[in-house]
Amino acid sequence: MTLDWPVLLPLIFAGLMGLSILIYVVLDGFDLGIGILFAMADDDERDTMVAAIGPFWDANETWLVLAVGLLLVAFPVAHGIILTALYLPVFVLLVGLILRGVAFDFRAKVPVHRKHRWNFLFFAGSLTASLSQGYMLGVYVLGLDDGLAVFGFGALVALCLAASYAAMGAAWLIYKTEGELQRKAVRFLRGALLFTALGMVAVSLATPFASPRIFEKWFTWPEIAWLTPLPIITGGAFLWLWHLSFHLPLKGDRHSITPFLTLAAIFTLGFAGLAYSFYPYVVPDRLTIWEAASATESLGIILVGTAFVLPVIIGYSFYAYRIFGGKATELTYD
Amino acid sequence: MDALILSRLQFAANISFHILFPTITIALGWVLLFFKLRYNATGDGAWMRAYFFWVKVFALSFALGVVSGVTMSFQFGTNWPGFMETVGNIAGPLLAYEVLTAFFLEAVFLGIMLFGFRRVSNRVHTLATVLVAFGTTMSAFWILALNSWMQTPAGFEMRDGVAYATDWWAIVFNPSFPYRLAHMLIASGLTVAFLIAGLSALRYLKGDRSDSMWKALRTGVFLGAGLIPVQIFVGDMHGLNTLEHQPQKVAAMEANWVTRPNVPLVLFAWPDEEARENRFEIAIPNGASLILKHSIDGVVPGLNDYVGNHPPVAPVFWGFRIMVGVGLAMLALSWATGFFLLRRGTLPRPLAYAYAPMAFSGWVATLAGWYTTEIGRQPWLVTGVLRTEQAVGPVPAGQVGFTLTVYVALYVTLMIVYLGVLTHLALKAAKDGDQTPMPGVRNEPLAQPAQAGE
Repeated sequence: MTLDWPVLLPLIFAGLMGLSILIYVVLDGFDLGIGILFAMADDDERDTMVAAIGPFWDANETWLVLAVGLLLVAFPVAHGIILTALYLPVFVLLVGLILRGVAFDFRAKVPVHRKHRWNFLFFAGSLTASLSQGYMLGVYVLGLDDGLAVFGFGALVALCLAASYAAMGAAWLIYKTEGELQRKAVRFLRGALLFTALGMVAVSLATPFASPRIFEKWFTWPEIAWLTPLPIITGGAFLWLWHLSFHLPLKGDRHSITPFLTLAAIFTLGFAGLAYSFYPYVVPDRLTIWEAASATESLGIILVGTAFVLPVIIGYSFYAYRIFGGKATELTYD
Repeated sequence: MDALILSRLQFAANISFHILFPTITIALGWVLLFFKLRYNATGDGAWMRAYFFWVKVFALSFALGVVSGVTMSFQFGTNWPGFMETVGNIAGPLLAYEVLTAFFLEAVFLGIMLFGFRRVSNRVHTLATVLVAFGTTMSAFWILALNSWMQTPAGFEMRDGVAYATDWWAIVFNPSFPYRLAHMLIASGLTVAFLIAGLSALRYLKGDRSDSMWKALRTGVFLGAGLIPVQIFVGDMHGLNTLEHQPQKVAAMEANWVTRPNVPLVLFAWPDEEARENRFEIAIPNGASLILKHSIDGVVPGLNDYVGNHPPVAPVFWGFRIMVGVGLAMLALSWATGFFLLRRGTLPRPLAYAYAPMAFSGWVATLAGWYTTEIGRQPWLVTGVLRTEQAVGPVPAGQVGFTLTVYVALYVTLMIVYLGVLTHLALKAAKDGDQTPMPGVRNEPLAQPAQAGE
């Protein structure tokens, strides 16, 4: 194939969309995870946990809007097929996101005796949103089919993704808190890590066996030679994190950010594997990114804006994370 | 009911709920900046207290706007795949620019604006407020560009049933866009003006005479009194623009069934679609000809020219009248109150009692106006390009009915809670007065003459 704009642009946008999804999963992953961990915390701890994500969650969720937005604007046909096929799980996701988003704000502003209710809804919304994302991932991996087996697999991935978000949340808490809550977060991390590993193994095994095309892509010479490091590095990262979790917190709070970064790396590796499996399809085995793409001139217009704006967004996101760096303290509107 | 009407109801429910919150945040961002700049200039802590009160309302409204906005971005695909398949080449870039230039700007700097006052310098905090206000306004710019293009499409060509852009400038600045953008931005200003004045009036009625209450009240009343005449003028121009580009919508707004001269201005009627005439009509002779054509025997287009191709008449007719009626009430109340504040330096209790329930009058007018223009676009999704029924997706009616029911229940609940929390915040502020401490805020008002009544 020749590298001209009609070929390049869909490729670039698939890359951008993948990047947005990955950033979303890592960033909103930790704040959804903290919502899930709400179930295992007491009231004071909950205030600290919310303070650890307060300045960030709006922006984190915006990456989902960008990811879905890019699917919508760059691959409109695929957007229609995927979202009508996943109509109900998408709906559950949205209800979950609505509940947790408003609960986050309401819990701090309602009269004190009603705060409990919104704490619960923050937990319930975070959990349902995570579960539905996992379910959608499971169904997508199996090619958007339906049937009992697909449902079962979707449910398994749903549980595991929720657990891996909980792991992200725990890792973020290790970074942002101290004392008893930090020690608690280490225990949460260890428990959630097991399910995260299980989920990644399940998805990694199911993907090639659900599609002969993907099987072919992984298990042929010479591809297999340079792909082998991917699962090995991932496994190594898991083992190291597992080992580390028995020693945290360390003196002087060393390595407090390491669990989060390691998990982010693990997510990135897993995501890279998925991306390799599905490329060049945007709807598995049905529609390639070129078949689903918008007109070249429209993609060009979007790309011009993206090229200017995306680095700026990433830049000021880093700035915001730096301003609110350090241990979480009480969160007030001043 | 079939999937089409259910999907339309669901979209209407989602977007109606969504628009309420951006309508607040677009203008409230600028009002917050005004409070902040007044504080920077005078060093008077009461401005900062007003800022902190309204920033909470901003945060709450923003959160509801974000979560309902996320829902909107999925709606296109889940229920209306035909929309993007047909006009995605044009709608796509406009939506993309909205997310890229606006959504992120708001979302990232919101954190600093809400929680960063003591973490960053005062200058950076002011800058964050500017960027958030600018971001919300840019959001409105792009999304209204898309909506206006759907009303009055321009700058494109159709190839094999798919729209391709030929002139981006013409697409963004399509014929109805400048009017719609101005009309909506002022509507947002009015909504916020009445919300601020209304909640401040509630605090006043509860005995609150604090500095910060007066400052917010005066800001709200004068902002409203200043904007409403401008809005009436801009609204009139927007109407004339609609007459030029979507005459069937104006015919429905006026419930004018027959193209003719000397058309009366219908004040009240029950439009009967079956008989294609008005029942119980009360009208001012020649009124519509005068308003729309600036001459009593001006010929006004009627619905008979658009049989089978015009919107349902009653909702458009009534939506328009509710919007205008609320606008006139806003004019009367804000000018009367403005007079007393300026000349007498007081707020008479009857006016405070009238203001408190008018806190949400902006919402009523905004929704009524949007219903007028969006139902007025039917049966087209994109005027002359795509009919609404052609865009609906394959999801079965039962599923859409189920999701619609849950959405509506959720939205009603959230609305009750939102209104309850706002009232709670206002009552709590009324009780605390200006007594609670504000760490990090200097309070050294420059010497200035005391204002009567404060």
